[in-house]
Amino acid sequence: MSLRIVVCVKYVPDATGDRHFAEDLTVDRDDVDGLLSELDEYAVEQALQIKEAADDAEITVLTVGPEDANDAIRKALSMGADKGVHVEDEDLHGTDAVGTSLVLAKAIEKTGYDLVVCGMASTDGTMGVLPAMLAERLGVPQVTQLSEVSVEGGPNGTVKGRRDGDTATEQLEASLPAVVSVTDQSGEARYPSFKGIMAAKKKPVEELELDDLDIDADEVGLEGAWTKVEDATERPARTAGTIVKDEGEGAKQLAEFLAGQKFI
Amino acid sequence: MAEVLVYVDHVDGSVRKPTLELLTLARRIGDPVAVSLGNGAADTAATLAEHGAVKVLTADAAEFADYLVAPKVDALQAAVESVSAAGSLAAVLLPSSAEGKEIGARLAIRIGSGIITDAVDLEAGDEGPVATQSVFAASYTTKSRITKGTPVITVKPNSAPVEPAAAAGAVEELAVTVADSSKGTKVVSRTPRESTGRPDLTEAAIVVSGGRGVNGAENFPVIEALADSLGAAVGASRAAVDAGWYPHTNQVGQTGKSVSPQLYIAAGISGAIQHRAGMQTSKTIVAINKDEEAPIFELVDYGVVGDLFNVVPALTDEVKTRKG
Ligand SMILES: Cc1cc2nc3c(=O)[nH]c(=O)nc-3n(C[C@H](O)[C@H](O)[C@H](O)COP(=O)(O)OP(=O)(O)OC[C@H]3O[C@@H](n4cnc5c(N)ncnc54)[C@H](O)[C@@H]3O)c2cc1C
Ligand SMILES: Nc1ncnc2c1ncn2[C@@H]1O[C@H](COP(=O)(O)O)[C@@H](O)[C@H]1O
Repeated sequence: MSLRIVVCVKYVPDATGDRHFAEDLTVDRDDVDGLLSELDEYAVEQALQIKEAADDAEITVLTVGPEDANDAIRKALSMGADKGVHVEDEDLHGTDAVGTSLVLAKAIEKTGYDLVVCGMASTDGTMGVLPAMLAERLGVPQVTQLSEVSVEGGPNGTVKGRRDGDTATEQLEASLPAVVSVTDQSGEARYPSFKGIMAAKKKPVEELELDDLDIDADEVGLEGAWTKVEDATERPARTAGTIVKDEGEGAKQLAEFLAGQKFI
Repeated sequence: MAEVLVYVDHVDGSVRKPTLELLTLARRIGDPVAVSLGNGAADTAATLAEHGAVKVLTADAAEFADYLVAPKVDALQAAVESVSAAGSLAAVLLPSSAEGKEIGARLAIRIGSGIITDAVDLEAGDEGPVATQSVFAASYTTKSRITKGTPVITVKPNSAPVEPAAAAGAVEELAVTVADSSKGTKVVSRTPRESTGRPDLTEAAIVVSGGRGVNGAENFPVIEALADSLGAAVGASRAAVDAGWYPHTNQVGQTGKSVSPQLYIAAGISGAIQHRAGMQTSKTIVAINKDEEAPIFELVDYGVVGDLFNVVPALTDEVKTRKG
């Protein structure tokens, strides 16, 4: 039996662009170019390595997002994933984390899975909560924030990993099916090869809408959201500070400043 | 008055500072009820009472250490149910650590609530607590609230002062049954991180960070010496971490720690957006960089254009002299 891996990837506004809020206080996705979240590239990479180490495995890339989010799927397919699932629906606009986890969980169940691989956090929302929410909704073990991960024994096997926490390093283990998330310490993601990019064009991407997942429009979107952004203000640019050139006195001048601020 | 559950982050009974900050914020919304789990849980009560906990719910079971996250969710859910049954629950607050966020996330799904993560401030509002967040690498400040269920909110370290406020702190044992389904992820081994003797990075009032400009692990003592003279924590940019010069646990930025100290000193760091994301909310920012065009200078209150190998050791000496 083939090991069924689902990788969750998010299409996000480029962090180096000028990110803004739209009038309805959702993330403005029109002004800034989007891309596959860099932190999710690590998830795709680990899925590929798990597949390479397994006898038989298949990787499905799953995204919930607007039409352009297809780019994120294509990028993952060009890295080597086998097929894609794209959940897109007008009613999804403004969905928050709790709602997204509902959509992802239903789509994962519909696709069929032994292992779900996520990134550690999305680069726009940076919540780092989705993987735990998915484990909760799917009722399977959560093996998250891993800087090292491996799977043994195929679809009924085990997943092992190393979690570097604040106060300790933990070795974790769980039986499949399970949800894992991987950090940027798990290993550099590969670049798509020319062959990979060509092959990706022919790989199947299934398009799903909320109806296909038996989700009502009022469970998601801005109206159905569990949270509400009431106000977003651009942080005033920090007022220009004092800049001095060190010509032998730099450290003294800086010490003077620090003393003035009562740090020394 | 309504009650507010505060999840206690502690190491064998010694309460970590972010939890005391949570108690300060919790008091703005209601009466803080602390939930303390695992080894040493009961030992946390005195400190929690001194900082405003009217009640301390404790539970100690091997499962909290033997399995990842889920058993703690079972316990917090039991606390939510017990407090809601007896009165009204205004919110559940947790520290914004990786674990705090994951516990909060699962709890929110279980009790049908919304969740806000990484709040930097919290105030009471007519329709429930209003959380301030700093988003898009701190280029925006937002105010949000939760519209469904009992608000679950995780708060970043250094978001509020620690304020003593004596309260009863009555200890009550919390009855918890850890579900079999919560024993899915075994913690096979745990290796505590060695203490450096320096303040914790996310809790420190001053952070001194080094980047690629430090140019080698063997030079990091230059950064450490300045940090020690100021009683500061040591941070590093990802470039320095990736090069193997400093441990990943000290990385500041999007994929490392997010810090918000009174004073942040960046030496040999260019100030990439992902680094800024983790330090831009610092109160005072100082940079030492030999490139006057480095983007970090756009953020600073005080910047020195110069070689860190001249400036940093001289500054360390200055600090030592002035401190006497
Ligand atoms: C998904 C993702 C996540 C990331 N997460 C993080 C993160 O969490 N944290 C993070 O820091 N980065 C992160 N990065 C990396 C980030 O983009 C930058 O590459 C990194 O911050 C650069 O580190 P640096 O400033 O030390 O190095 P550089 O950009 O190389 O800058 C070094 C600076 O040192 C100065 N310098 C050199 N020698 C001296 C000297 N002798 N004296 C004084 N100055 C000197 C130079 O002028 C230069 O400005 C992430 C990137 C990605 C894509
Ligand atoms: N819209 C989405 N579509 C697919 N996967 C997502 C989406 N949002 C988040 N994820 C996954 O969940 C992880 C954590 O996201 P977050 O909790 O939003 O920080 C990401 O790294 C992705 O793997």
